Amino acid sequence: MTNRGIGFYLTVLVGGLIFGFGLGYSHMARPEVVLNFLQFEDLGLLFVMGGASVVTGITFAVATRFGHSAPLTGDQYVRRLKSFDRNVIAGGVIFGVGWGVSGICPGAAYASFGIGNWPILWAIGGMFIGAYVQGRVRSRLTSSDRGPATAD
Amino acid sequence: MIGAELFPNGIARYAIGGAFIGGGVAFIYLATGIIAGASTFLETTLSYVSDVSRFNRGPYVLSRDWRVVFTLGIVLGAGVYAVGWQGGAWTTDVQWWRLLGGGVLVGIGTRLGKGCTSGHGVCGVGSLSSTSIVNVATFMAVAIGTAQLIAALGVSP
Repeated sequence: MTNRGIGFYLTVLVGGLIFGFGLGYSHMARPEVVLNFLQFEDLGLLFVMGGASVVTGITFAVATRFGHSAPLTGDQYVRRLKSFDRNVIAGGVIFGVGWGVSGICPGAAYASFGIGNWPILWAIGGMFIGAYVQGRVRSRLTSSDRGPATAD
Repeated sequence: MIGAELFPNGIARYAIGGAFIGGGVAFIYLATGIIAGASTFLETTLSYVSDVSRFNRGPYVLSRDWRVVFTLGIVLGAGVYAVGWQGGAWTTDVQWWRLLGGGVLVGIGTRLGKGCTSGHGVCGVGSLSSTSIVNVATFMAVAIGTAQLIAALGVSP
């Protein structure tokens, strides 16, 4: 985990390139296309998420079953399984309103900047503000939960 | 033709683009074991400039460098598409207040809900995670309602 060389970062860069190219090619980097999907005017976006999930699903299934550990890190192959709590629903609702208002999500926003869509900086700036506010509030709630005895 | 009505631009560009998105995740995963989502970048990057404890948790500080590289890759990859296929820059007509206001809610919701369209939608669903499937069903239903409501109010685009 700690000894990450140039090969590791190059791999992540190339993976990001493929990912970003896909967001551009699929037109998901355009808020209009997402909004058209949400308004049932063009359901093509189903094939973006579907196509991507099928590729990752097969990859995760094969790697966790037949693979041992990742060559560059030695890490074990695992699936993405997050614990369930109320925040998963609350976050989904808030994210859904935001996605429905703006037509853009984080990965697509970075790609949108890449296709020359500079007004998307409004959305990326907003995402940083939102992430900051929730982190600030939740950090404060967590530290007050612990009580003054363990506060530092 | 119901197909032409629901898919006025066909499905090839969407399916091929989606396969590339999944391919980028798969490439990083096979080489490193890391499942790369896009939205954690927002919080880990804040750890460079903020001492709020949530942003400075161990896994965040350990992953913040590669997340910057991943995001840089996304921007560059989309740039390759713009130069080679799109014929130059493209800009949105969606109004700035929608982008900003929606962006703030996306930033809160994605971090509270433990993931976004790529983390839950692509990686979590690909993992057959019930948490992710519930999250995706929730944000999809709410987003559809929200977008339809805004359109019904006459806001366009």
